[in-house]
Amino acid sequence: MQDDDVFRALADASRRTLLDRLQRRDGQTLNELCAGLAMTRQAVTKHLAILQSANLIAVQRQGRAKLHFINPVPINDIAERWISKFQRHHLRALSALKKALEEEDHE
Amino acid sequence: MSEAARSTFVYVTYIRTSAETLWSALLKPEFTKQYWYGMEMISDWKPGASWKLVFADGRVGDMGEVLEIEPPRRLVIRWHNEFRPELKAEGPAQCTFDLEPSGDVVKLTITHSSVKADSKLIVAVSGGWPKILSNLKTLLETGKPMATEKL
Repeated sequence: MQDDDVFRALADASRRTLLDRLQRRDGQTLNELCAGLAMTRQAVTKHLAILQSANLIAVQRQGRAKLHFINPVPINDIAERWISKFQRHHLRALSALKKALEEEDHE
Repeated sequence: MSEAARSTFVYVTYIRTSAETLWSALLKPEFTKQYWYGMEMISDWKPGASWKLVFADGRVGDMGEVLEIEPPRRLVIRWHNEFRPELKAEGPAQCTFDLEPSGDVVKLTITHSSVKADSKLIVAVSGGWPKILSNLKTLLETGKPMATEKL
């Protein structure tokens, strides 16, 4: 079942960090993704394979480089399952409020 | 290093269907209007032919030309936005659909890219594709479209 793979892949802070990095800048090589992380290259490779088999990242070749892209489609499928289109606007407003207030706290 | 990737988004979904059915769902207006914000995809689908995505009220949302077509496996189209002036000004992007059947599912990969770094068009379509693909998957696997908002 694909949803199980997605939840399992997301249930790990290192893998979420890798997704965060791709969210900030998409299409990175393994070297770029490893830069500045306290993880071995082998660990990053293993986490990327798990993310890829859960379809959370897609890998494409551009010339000799192998680039990693975040794939938001499975997360959207999960969101669509429990969030109706009527709630969406309210939830977006709540997220924006939370973000604004928490950023204020940090100042 | 991955400068060229800066304005590329990749979307992948696995749909329980055949490549032929998925191909029709992507290219036929009676299908697209059920999952693509009510829009109809219109073209002769020959190399060099033009295509357009038309809103229910007749306005053209996006348009372009067919660059490569290999049914039911691969389609490459040039993509111009028509309904938002700031996106139209940016010039064309390119969108590739790859269909890879394996067992009873088809892997659909959509790659939407612009040579322009930090393309606003690519960011704009990135909000739309996940929803369109979730709708498409639901339609093909259950026969029923999800209730969708229109743009």
